[in-house]
Amino acid sequence: MKSLIIQTVYYISAVLFIVGLKRMSSPKTATTGIHWAAVGIFSSVLVTFLFPHLQNLELIILAIIIGSIIAWYLAGKIGMTSIPEMIALFNGMGGAAAAGISAVELLRLISDPKIVIGIKIGIGIGIEVEREMPILNFVLAVIGALIGSISFSGSLLAFMKLRDLLKKTIHFPLQQWINFLFLLVAVLAAIAFYYHHSLGLFIVFFLASLIYGILITIPIGGADMPVLIALYNALTGMAVAAEGFLLNNVAMVIAGTVVSSSGFLLTRLMAKAMNRSLSSLLFTKFTETSGQSLSENIRSMDASDAAIILNYISKVIFVPGYGMAVAQAQQKVWELASILLERGIDVRFAIHPVAGRMPGHMNVLLAEAGVPYDYIFAMEDINNDFSNTDVVIVIGANDVVNPSARTDKSSAIYGMPILNVDMGKQIFVIKRGKGLGYAGVENTLFYNQKTSMIYGDAKNVVSKMIQTLRSNL
Amino acid sequence: MIIDGFTAIYIFTLAAFTGYEVIHQVPVILHTPLMSGSNFIHGLILIGAIIALAGSNNNIERIIGFISVLFATINVVGGYVLTIRMLKMFKPKEDSNYSNYPN
Repeated sequence: MKSLIIQTVYYISAVLFIVGLKRMSSPKTATTGIHWAAVGIFSSVLVTFLFPHLQNLELIILAIIIGSIIAWYLAGKIGMTSIPEMIALFNGMGGAAAAGISAVELLRLISDPKIVIGIKIGIGIGIEVEREMPILNFVLAVIGALIGSISFSGSLLAFMKLRDLLKKTIHFPLQQWINFLFLLVAVLAAIAFYYHHSLGLFIVFFLASLIYGILITIPIGGADMPVLIALYNALTGMAVAAEGFLLNNVAMVIAGTVVSSSGFLLTRLMAKAMNRSLSSLLFTKFTETSGQSLSENIRSMDASDAAIILNYISKVIFVPGYGMAVAQAQQKVWELASILLERGIDVRFAIHPVAGRMPGHMNVLLAEAGVPYDYIFAMEDINNDFSNTDVVIVIGANDVVNPSARTDKSSAIYGMPILNVDMGKQIFVIKRGKGLGYAGVENTLFYNQKTSMIYGDAKNVVSKMIQTLRSNL
Repeated sequence: MIIDGFTAIYIFTLAAFTGYEVIHQVPVILHTPLMSGSNFIHGLILIGAIIALAGSNNNIERIIGFISVLFATINVVGGYVLTIRMLKMFKPKEDSNYSNYPN
């Protein structure tokens, strides 16, 4: 009877995950989607306590309580600009848990090779099967451990990089080969462990896997990090699926596999949006060009002068970038947009697929500031409209509006789809300083005859524009 | 239920296609919430971690099992809270009133 309840709930949960994910792919149903998935996960966890022969119950409850408090605090407190690194952190935790499950299984081979927990508990009620771990289970445990460990150490490093705890991208000679060597050591240690259950090999296996995760992450720069996080997200899903097979748990298999395949798709979509193939992202680096300064050709303008011009136009497009988020200027930008809207000016926001730190991140930041999503347009929907727009206001965006991507074949960002900001009738670029963007490429937009640079902190500049507009009623 | 070899392959293949199909038309606006949401869903690793800790017989296993449950909980709870926070902020035009923006 208990077994029937467990399996029924698992089945319903698996359906809920799929329906939940489906509903999450439209803005109108997204919130209900996550709730459906949450019902699935909560009930799955609950019925898991119905399994027979559960030991260490007090430890389980304690770990869940502590974990919930930590997660609640972390996820509730952080600002929306930190979303990518928080996803990386939580994803790393999931990877570590997958690796931990495998570790417990493999350790059991050392201490008591006759009992395999996946078979003992996962099979259902009251049946205990004692036999050697089949090779298939061993392989699954190793795959789960390897992928989980890579995802854990890699995600944690990605988290540190995005938090600026570790700034450098590190390159060293023969990097690919040395990385491969660690992977090879991990696999060989696992094979050796199958024949000879020793603690030494166990430790070598896990250390090599963890180091491999670190090594493949260190050469990758902050701009590409979100793609890597998406990849690690997919990998954790895969590890979860492997553990699901190992424990004979269909709900875990389906949740893991669905997340894994959708995660790989999402990774590809993101890499494509940044015009980088996944392999080039993992195995090469951005060529760093030293920007030659042509600053004498740049025209700059005062914030209040720019605001006055806004009095006499009818169409404006805002192009926000990560610089806006860093300056925490979203609210002010929306306030400015609201004033323009009140005056009957056509206001839209153009979002590049990788504006912010990853696709969709800018949408979240604007939504947080209260911008309704009807005003927000994706690149392909708005790119033809720049030419009949009176003023385009670029706020803290750089590489995604650089026309060199269309024309200059020698540029590191050549071929990347960009917003056609340079087609606008007049362009304001609000920028903190004269530095280069992430890709380290000189932006020819800034030298355009139609462009006026407004230097300064985005929040201050926009506030000043609001003041000017308000006093000029 | 025991998943045997071929059933396992069928389940895996079908689930993989499902994951792909379900999100392949997702608008860019939802990429970040979706990534966070799928991050939440693989937090189901928690039930595996519970099973592992529940079957632990010695202290090394208990320590690793405890850490696994702890981390898996952080994954699932953190993923949920983060995703909800993001999605709560999305709203269509009619819900907001820009002329009432607080001055």
